[in-house]
Amino acid sequence: MVPKKDVLLQIKDLRIEGYSEEKWVEIVHGVDLTLHKGEVLGLIGESGAGKSTIGLASMGFARDGCRISGGSIEFDGMELTTTPESDLRALRGSRIAYVAQSAAASFNPAHKIIDQHTEAPIQYRISKRVEAQEDAMQLYERLRLPNPSEIGFRYPHQVSGGQLQRAMTAMAMACRPDLIIFDEPTTALDVTTQIEVLAAIRDIVDQFNTAAIYITHDLAVVAQMADTIKVLLKGEEVEEAPTAQMLGSPKEDYTKSLWAVRSFKRPQKNRPTGADAVPIVSVQGIDAAYGKTKVLDDVSFDIYPGMTVAVVGESGSGKSTTARCITGLLPPTKGKILFNGQELPAKYTDRTKDQLRQAQMIYQMADTALNPKIRISEIIGRPAQFYSGLHGAALKNRVDELLDLIELDPAKFYNRYPPELSGGQKQRVGIARALAADPAFIICDEVTSALDQLVAEGILKLLDRLQQEFNLAYMFITHDLATVRSIADEVVVMQRGKVVEQGPKDEMFTPPHHPYTDLLLSSVPEMDPNWLSTLLEERGTDAIGEAADV
Amino acid sequence: MSTFVIGYYALLIGASCLAAYFKRREMFLLIFSLTLVSFVTGIVGGAPALRLITTCAGLLALAAGTSYAFREFLILITPEGVAKELRTAPLTAAFGMFVIFTYAIAGIFAPIIAPFGEAQVISSAFAPPDETMLLGADQLGRDMFSRIIFGARNSVGLALLATGLAFFMGALAGLLAATKGGWFDQFMGRFADVIMSVPSLVFALLMLSIFGTNLTVIVIVVAVIYSPRVFRLTRAVAGNVVVMDFIEAAKLRGEGTWYLIRREILPNSTAPLIAEFGLEFCFVFLLIAGLSFLGLGIQPPTADWGSMVRENATLISFGELTPLIPAAAIALLTVAVNFVVDWMLFRSSGLKEV
Repeated sequence: MVPKKDVLLQIKDLRIEGYSEEKWVEIVHGVDLTLHKGEVLGLIGESGAGKSTIGLASMGFARDGCRISGGSIEFDGMELTTTPESDLRALRGSRIAYVAQSAAASFNPAHKIIDQHTEAPIQYRISKRVEAQEDAMQLYERLRLPNPSEIGFRYPHQVSGGQLQRAMTAMAMACRPDLIIFDEPTTALDVTTQIEVLAAIRDIVDQFNTAAIYITHDLAVVAQMADTIKVLLKGEEVEEAPTAQMLGSPKEDYTKSLWAVRSFKRPQKNRPTGADAVPIVSVQGIDAAYGKTKVLDDVSFDIYPGMTVAVVGESGSGKSTTARCITGLLPPTKGKILFNGQELPAKYTDRTKDQLRQAQMIYQMADTALNPKIRISEIIGRPAQFYSGLHGAALKNRVDELLDLIELDPAKFYNRYPPELSGGQKQRVGIARALAADPAFIICDEVTSALDQLVAEGILKLLDRLQQEFNLAYMFITHDLATVRSIADEVVVMQRGKVVEQGPKDEMFTPPHHPYTDLLLSSVPEMDPNWLSTLLEERGTDAIGEAADV
Repeated sequence: MSTFVIGYYALLIGASCLAAYFKRREMFLLIFSLTLVSFVTGIVGGAPALRLITTCAGLLALAAGTSYAFREFLILITPEGVAKELRTAPLTAAFGMFVIFTYAIAGIFAPIIAPFGEAQVISSAFAPPDETMLLGADQLGRDMFSRIIFGARNSVGLALLATGLAFFMGALAGLLAATKGGWFDQFMGRFADVIMSVPSLVFALLMLSIFGTNLTVIVIVVAVIYSPRVFRLTRAVAGNVVVMDFIEAAKLRGEGTWYLIRREILPNSTAPLIAEFGLEFCFVFLLIAGLSFLGLGIQPPTADWGSMVRENATLISFGELTPLIPAAAIALLTVAVNFVVDWMLFRSSGLKEV
């Protein structure tokens, strides 16, 4: 078996098993993959599709509780499934590198960045410490990190998330590997930061002619990065094609459905007019501070009944803090919040039960928002019991009714615990808990950002349906402008604790914009494979590093 | 060379060869190193030393067999959910559970099991064991075996009561401190520090000499000594739960502190608390035994393992092992509880979601 000269990685009929419920279950069912030198392959699919598992397997690695049960993985003529662990270890880091999703969680917080960077080259005796450090600084410069000669000597918590992700990419390049596996490197970042990282990754891969496997669930991102795209579903390949062809004419139905996700859009509603139209929530000139740090500065906006107001901005812009002020968790230092024309007490402990009932909240992380040790029936039933005093059969009926509303089968889910549910189901339970209070206003804090696109779309449709059914008002906190496009009626753009622009959605999405809004809008990846190049040209290469500071 | 010695070596070497052939690496290392050790001890101590090794190995095998059988028995009689957990228990934990089970039976049915009364004098002082007295008599001529059985009831019961009280006080204070925060948290924390800063035995002796040595005082004093540890653990565990979003959701719903503690926080902190209960139980047990040994704990004629060691201590100088039997009973229970706790700690710190 003589491999073709430029084939770097050849995976044939890969089968991986996972251990669950006391037996081995196959989770990857015979996937083939061929990667040539210098080629970038995009792996795409929803969570549980086996993307990361396959990515790790290409280093000959299986996570705890997983094992490679069949097939062959051939890296540059070397069969990884039969190679002893010690040889594999020598391969990893030097010839195959891995960039994890969360750089913040993957760096060791107790060591300086550059020490972690130089560990592999020194370990493999590729270079001496000093040389390795110089090389690291050069890489930092290429990745356009600020102060390349100094930044490496900081600890991971002293640099921002986007910078850390770039430092991690630099670290992966430390030994000039032949193959890098990028496991959702930008998923946890804002759109504006995402661009910097994407541009940096693409540059460095081009410059060193490194092959890469780029794992993501974001199609628009993969369109920028990959030469070839492979779509996975439940551990099986759906289809594989060159990027342009895949985007232009997907063959399989599943791929088409993935492509169509961002198409959900509902007509924009306008504010009710007339003298009797009172906003359900009116935020009037609030300031807020954590200790002495001022985080909100004169924030004002109105939310009318039955409407969705999207609050957008990158992280740290004060979106969630505004929500905390409205719920009363963080009393504002100035200004007031009106609910149906009446002023709300600043602290939630001073509000009446009815005021608390009227405003509910849905959280970003359904995992931490639902108590893992309480049954679904009680999670949903408690607000109904607490506010309306329902009990016994009436309470059970109410819970069944709510479960029906969120499209979960009451017979199946009534007695389950949250850890037994999938991410989307948990988020639905979170919605049901908010609905159980029979509110008029719901704050949705990044409710879809932790979910796959298909699942997220389901949640958005559900929220939309519930809004029409119960005339709910939503305050929709998000950094995803695609979500804003699909569900919002009005948009409030925030930056550094201030509202920079607000107005009806259609107006916001048509120029002219405030410069910051413009930056946000243009940073949202599009399906066009040339989007990133065009954008970078427009902005000028120098602007990338400082894009967030416009 | 006797047939015993020949058989002994033949068995060991055969077993190590088999283990090596079937590539059971650990098994082989264990058996073969035992063989090598046996060569040395055989030369030094002769056949009796080898007999001793055989007896020890037999006892170990017996304990392992009993543990295995007991675990299977528990799996059979418990409902599906518990049985699934029990299947993950290692043999040491099963052994621990078996010992605890035996002690519990002895304690609960003491009057039925014990052949004589707790304070019944039936023979001369320090009488040797015979058919009626399994372990001989103590310094007043009371049946040692009966007193150990009753001792299980008194010592273990008292320790259980004191640990329970310590947990009730400590956990409640810890949960309240974590939920309320602020000055209450600070006050409770410093108060706990004050209690912990006094050496526990000295504190107990002081309190017992002030308030007298009756059971209520012992239980309360011991509980007070051990509650700060429980407080600290509970506060730390609950502190991690309190910052979760579901607590915020419950607070925003307008729930009271008591509901938060009972329904939201406590179910998420039980695992480490149960493990801590096992550990603290051992410490409390040893403290009470220690107090009894010093004469300030449970008062005669009530049987208690700590005081039994003290009362029979003179016998040690005559080379008798009798006073060590109650001490061994204490040691065995402590080890057993720790085996079970180890397993629970392993489970609660595991990555697996329950």
